[in-house]
Amino acid sequence: MLKTFKIGGVHPPENKLSAQGEIITLPLPEQVIIPLSQHIGAPATPVVKKGDQVKVGQLIGQAAGFISANIHSSVSGTIVSLDPVIDASGYPRPAITIKVEGDEWDENILKDPASKHPGDFTKEEILKAISAAGIVGMGGATFPTQVKLSPPPGSTAEVLIINGVECEPYLTADHRLMLEHGKELITGIELIMKALGVKRAIVGIENNKKDAIEELGKHARLAEGIEICPLKIQYPQGGEKQLIQAVTGKFVPSGGLPIAVGAVVQNVGTVYAVYEAVMKNKPLFERVVTVTGKALKEPGNYLCRIGTPISQLIEAAGGLPENTGKVIGGGPMMGKALTNTNIPVTKGTSGILLMRQEESSRKEYRNCIRCSKCVNVCPMGLEPYYLMLLGEHAKLEALEAEKVMDCIECGSCSFTCPANRPLLDVIRLAKAKTGQMIRARKN
Amino acid sequence: MMTTTIIYTIISLCAIGVASAVILYFVAQKFKVEEDPRIDTVESILPGANCGGCGKPGCRGFAEATVKATTLDGLFCPVGGAETMAKVATALGMEVTAQTPQIAVVRCNGTCEHRQRTSQYDGYKSCAIEHSLYRGETDCTFGCLGCGDCVTACPFDAIHMDTNGLPVVTDEKCVACGACVKACPRNIIELRNKGPKDRRVFVCCVNKDKGNIARKACTVACIGCGKCVKECPFEAITLENNLAYIDFRKCRLCRKCVSVCPTHAIHEVNFPPRKITEPAEEKQI
Amino acid sequence: MSNFTISPSPHIHGGDSIEKNMYGVLIALIPTFIFSIVFFGLGAILVTLTSVVACLVFEYVIQKYLMKQRPTIWDGSAIITGVLLAFNLPSSLPLWIVVIGALVAIGIGKMSFGGLGNNIFNPALVGRVFLLISFPVQMTSWPVPNGFATTDAVTGATPLALVKEAVKSGQTISDALASGGFTTGNLIIGNIGGSLGEVAALGLLLGFAYMLIRKIISWHIPIAIFATVIVFSGILNLANPEHFAGPIFHLFTGGMMLGAIFMATDYVTSPMTHKGMLIYGVGIGLLTVIIRVFGAYPEGMSFAILIMNGFTPLINRYCKPVRF
Repeated sequence: MLKTFKIGGVHPPENKLSAQGEIITLPLPEQVIIPLSQHIGAPATPVVKKGDQVKVGQLIGQAAGFISANIHSSVSGTIVSLDPVIDASGYPRPAITIKVEGDEWDENILKDPASKHPGDFTKEEILKAISAAGIVGMGGATFPTQVKLSPPPGSTAEVLIINGVECEPYLTADHRLMLEHGKELITGIELIMKALGVKRAIVGIENNKKDAIEELGKHARLAEGIEICPLKIQYPQGGEKQLIQAVTGKFVPSGGLPIAVGAVVQNVGTVYAVYEAVMKNKPLFERVVTVTGKALKEPGNYLCRIGTPISQLIEAAGGLPENTGKVIGGGPMMGKALTNTNIPVTKGTSGILLMRQEESSRKEYRNCIRCSKCVNVCPMGLEPYYLMLLGEHAKLEALEAEKVMDCIECGSCSFTCPANRPLLDVIRLAKAKTGQMIRARKN
Repeated sequence: MMTTTIIYTIISLCAIGVASAVILYFVAQKFKVEEDPRIDTVESILPGANCGGCGKPGCRGFAEATVKATTLDGLFCPVGGAETMAKVATALGMEVTAQTPQIAVVRCNGTCEHRQRTSQYDGYKSCAIEHSLYRGETDCTFGCLGCGDCVTACPFDAIHMDTNGLPVVTDEKCVACGACVKACPRNIIELRNKGPKDRRVFVCCVNKDKGNIARKACTVACIGCGKCVKECPFEAITLENNLAYIDFRKCRLCRKCVSVCPTHAIHEVNFPPRKITEPAEEKQI
Repeated sequence: MSNFTISPSPHIHGGDSIEKNMYGVLIALIPTFIFSIVFFGLGAILVTLTSVVACLVFEYVIQKYLMKQRPTIWDGSAIITGVLLAFNLPSSLPLWIVVIGALVAIGIGKMSFGGLGNNIFNPALVGRVFLLISFPVQMTSWPVPNGFATTDAVTGATPLALVKEAVKSGQTISDALASGGFTTGNLIIGNIGGSLGEVAALGLLLGFAYMLIRKIISWHIPIAIFATVIVFSGILNLANPEHFAGPIFHLFTGGMMLGAIFMATDYVTSPMTHKGMLIYGVGIGLLTVIIRVFGAYPEGMSFAILIMNGFTPLINRYCKPVRF
């Protein structure tokens, strides 16, 4: 009996079209647009001017505050502008546009990993390297990693959990990373264990990636304290709280952080970035992106520079199909629909999913028939039908009492609803409004 | 036999009735809440729409506030207007402060023909949700989203979606309670003075983008050229963030700004038709 | 310019629909319908058809002309109401009474609350109870099963009524059952008098299994009802076997199976959480046995379900799912 989380969950069709596609390095684009806010927290402060020459890996945006992250140039070339650029949601956001003029890397970046053993680095050295490299959670949450690796005073981490679940349908970037860079990942895990001061790490991988489980297991046997934990396929297993519950059996309390049960969760993409930052002194300026979709000619996984327009990724995968109705940044369950294909790849872009016209529009929704299916699938044990009702009438106090703030916005409720009700649409807004109310009360 | 049954029934029912009455009386006495009787008086004067337009939770809340207050400054029932406030003032023996009647004004003219649709929104029909998700179906990041949150919010049935996708306020029904102003996530709706003979001049756009961007997204956007500012003889127009704003307190309704606006973003309502219309477009070129 | 569709996540849907669930329930009702035709012949078909057609017509008329909405009669819910109403009626019922029942079920039981999803009480049961109170004679003359035999239908007592009478007149239960010719085997197959859809326990259980496999309903409500009835009637039976009938008798007579499997599990009127469903089921079980054993009516399933329907909002209020 494979482990999984206990409450709720759904099993959408996996559609991992690109699971067999080796990671291909994408050629450099002509121009990159690097947003200054690719992470949760304050946008980085630009440290370059228009006309400046930059190299690959050079710092161009300085972290502004504790919860923020450094931004590095992903190409070598000239800064064209510092003007805001239209982002994925169509609003202008601060960004740096760089014209690509070659591929000259910063001289501090090592082509080959340092010969040092992970154990030889000190905790401070590792954290400093992570912070300098601007690493953020690459599963999509984009929370600055060094903050996550520094447990607040009074709490201690006991176990490191690595998220290799990739429960979103279609996406395969993490899967390929585990297959092709297993050895580096294990080193990365050892580094994070050292930084956290924990003796145990568990890698949670869903059972549809048997090859990755085997590959990582092979390398993990050579290291100490790293276990591989195959998990039953169930969405949203990649949710932090769900993964901790699945792997350790412990429930993170409502409103609490994983550290409350002594756990720290990191995505495999982040682990790889940590490996590169510490062993190669290489900042986070490229990542693996899955480009996929049923109508796409060659769904695949591409290693591309941050700031590359997604149109170039789509071109590499066979071009934008005629009948594309929707372009999604991320997976189909939690990804964000994009208004155009000129927007850049950011640190949190795990995939680009193209949906055909006929797949992209929703069906008309109808009355709630109180079938209670949303209640049964909610991984947080909430009552989505009731939250939607309260949300439509903006009953914020009642929403707070019904724990709307616990909602992880996984979309299982909307996915399941037989009446096609847009439960999450309303709940998401209700959550935002309730959060505002709670913050206003605190001040 | 029959009569005794009836008599017993009557007696027992009466006994139950009396007992209940006595219990109710004592319970009512015990849990009686002492309240200023003037609150009821004021509440009976108020329209009873409970719209919250005064900023208080319903009409009773407003009545309580007026009874507690020493002056009626800052307390105004937009639904009842000056008439109701005069009555409230008499009832409480206070002076009423004059208030100019106001009305909700929709400051967007981005109809389908003016603003090209560049994407299709397919979520829950709510402006607030669409606004938090992305810029909307057109390239204008400031304009009306057309999902009708204001229509839902209006307690007086005074605002409706037009066939061109924009909300239209019915002058006679609008009482300026401000529910739509609060509901609009893009702050397009503003409460402005109703004006003499209901005549008003206002900038029908809230786009703060630079001229070229605004114009590209919508042909009738305010491009922040500042012509109206120069034209205005009363210094009623200000230009901030590429957007002109007419202060309705200073505006004297001369309508000079309307004719100079190159994008026809300034609207005049309820004026008699002009004799000579100046071809503004040609003048610009 | 690309004209993409933008919507909030999730961007895929599981493909479940109201129709799939409703027609699933109808498929689950087919075995019972076949049994009822075998036992009651043409009457069963006529009553069921009349009821379904009347429900569809009333739903269409009310939606179109009174509520001014787009009629959604083919979502299956009105058909289910029609079938369930028919299954709760004697097969010899005059068809005009069936039509009145359908009008009350759809008009008062469902549409007056705002249509599908908003009603508090199970519409089919509202219709049935209305008929039971308004036309007590017609509603309690049960034809004895004789299939398509051409002889005039003979009416007889249901086992429940027989037992009720027996207890009143001081007979023992076993004597009464023996005199009516009711064996346990007959009770399970359903070769007894009663409403046309409630007698065939076997068919109903087949439907239950189908709905469980298709995950249309969860096991909680029916099992809670059965368990409660078994335990409660078992205790009474142990205390005085000649005065109180045993669990098997209670399980396989009257509307127990039909009610527990198809009526109590109605999505709209049952609680939302598993814990709530168990409480609801226990309540129905207890009330049914209490009404059957101590009440004036021989059968209490309809009343028990309607009473617990009334408690559903309260149960929803206090029974929250297991929170993370």
